[in-house]
Amino acid sequence: GLFFWHLKNTGIRQIPCHFVHLCRVANHRLITFQYFNFLKRMYVTQYKDLSQRVKPKSDSVASPFRELQQLDQEKKVIHKISPISPVHQPLPEITIRNELGEVKSVSAAEDSVTLVRAESKEDRQWREMKLQLDDLPGILARLSKIKLTALVVSTASAGFAMAPVPFDLTCFLLASLGTGLASCAANSINQFFEVPFDSNMNRTKNRPLVRGQISPLLAVCFAASCGVPGIALLALAVNPLTGALGAFNIFLYTCCYTPMKRMSIANTWVGAVVGAIPPVMGWTAATGSLDAGALLLGGILYSWQFPHFNALSWGLREDYSRGGYCMMSVTHPGLCRRVALRHCLALIGLSTAAPLLDITTWTFPVISLPINLYISYLGFRFYRDADRSSSRKLFFCSLWHLPLLLLVMFTCKKSLLEKEDKGDLLGEGHGRAMEMRLP
Amino acid sequence: PPAHSRNDWIGPPDKHSNLRPVVFYVPPEESPLERRLREARQEAQACDQHFWARHNRAFSQEKEEFIYSRLKAKGLEMRDETGQKATLTAEEMADFYKDFLSKNFRKHMQYNRDWYKRNFTITFLMGQVALVRALKWLRWKKKNVGN
Repeated sequence: GLFFWHLKNTGIRQIPCHFVHLCRVANHRLITFQYFNFLKRMYVTQYKDLSQRVKPKSDSVASPFRELQQLDQEKKVIHKISPISPVHQPLPEITIRNELGEVKSVSAAEDSVTLVRAESKEDRQWREMKLQLDDLPGILARLSKIKLTALVVSTASAGFAMAPVPFDLTCFLLASLGTGLASCAANSINQFFEVPFDSNMNRTKNRPLVRGQISPLLAVCFAASCGVPGIALLALAVNPLTGALGAFNIFLYTCCYTPMKRMSIANTWVGAVVGAIPPVMGWTAATGSLDAGALLLGGILYSWQFPHFNALSWGLREDYSRGGYCMMSVTHPGLCRRVALRHCLALIGLSTAAPLLDITTWTFPVISLPINLYISYLGFRFYRDADRSSSRKLFFCSLWHLPLLLLVMFTCKKSLLEKEDKGDLLGEGHGRAMEMRLP
Repeated sequence: PPAHSRNDWIGPPDKHSNLRPVVFYVPPEESPLERRLREARQEAQACDQHFWARHNRAFSQEKEEFIYSRLKAKGLEMRDETGQKATLTAEEMADFYKDFLSKNFRKHMQYNRDWYKRNFTITFLMGQVALVRALKWLRWKKKNVGN
């Protein structure tokens, strides 16, 4: 059970959405409460690179369940209050024993640890730098951060679904495919740019380029062969606006966000825009124009990035500092927390704006209020306490908050029929008025 | 790596720099272009290894010094009664991380510029080598098919 899952997961790098992971886990019939806790611990103890956000076309952030890593020389003692620095294999022994305290999970964890240890041992040997064709799909999946890409595509789909037009399946599929390809391209280029930095951060040191499983040339070719058809598909088969947005987002992510990570804390804001664009793309794919609704959806995702990322980055300060990444959590911790709280509250405002823009009914702000209030509460706790536990709580909340919010939004979507009726009435009224005026 | 291998070999991460060392294969019929590529990669590897090893060592050292000075200020020893290493809280360490990052900012800027330049050059050379090899193979194929 438990370690079977783990075996499956050792190859997997990112699981963008906790939700998604839970669904997969459900397939293995492993959802038990202690398992859930185990997952939570694993998630948090395996930090992801700052760039790992749940941002479309950006590094996967919400990538819980990183691979376990080797324990450092400076054995992190259980009693330590300071953040658990990159935990190395076999980490589970200590953290799990400490945090779970469940005999069953411990034994399962130990089993998984031995498996993980075996894999890491293999990792410690010299390997020929020859491209293994059977490994290629897995390598490319990791290179393109396939799980983050999946999340990006789902936010784009949400944008498409919320658009006030009749649902066109072909368009939907083409838009999703195009977005997915563009995201793969952007993620690959990002990894291409960051090899030595990724090697030094525990969360990212098992990436294909770091490990030499693929050459940089191949990575670039792969990115081009995903990006060009992806954008072409969006621009020609969907509409030029969506294509332009896609191309712009790739540019923003690879040429602005990635270098900026090492230059200024403003990268977080740029990254939030990168995350906000896919739902806008979904909307424009459906309607062909940039309406207020598209911008609102983008705004919701933009605001969501902050509590999500700032909470995550709180625990990664040591790695960022050593790796030379300029992040708010390291240089401006007060700002980091303030911004997270600010945007949690902004989510409430944005949810209220939805019915005003005729996207959803008034049920939406009402139902979403408890969800948004809860994340705002956690945001406030994070702001006040500024410790690991509050940052973790906020981060985990953000993982289920977004899918739930989008789902509620979709169920509260203003039905087309309602709008058509209203429109017809007005139209008829106008028509009659016109008839009466004309002789 | 075995002597008969015709490929490069990559090893486990280095203890200090965390980068994986590569042993390059020198083919007997190496062309000047291929030699340029190999030398560029070797040089890049040397630069990267040197930078990160030094940087990481500086980090550990300064971290130890910081912990020691803070503990001293609090009147504690490096190891408590049970013999375990005494540590500071995350908030106390945060000051160190912030400080370290700003101190090394210029160094990182310089390294970033160099890294991007090297990365592009090497990838471009790889592209050239691959193209030349592909053309050679095509020519060979045509010759064989002709025969």
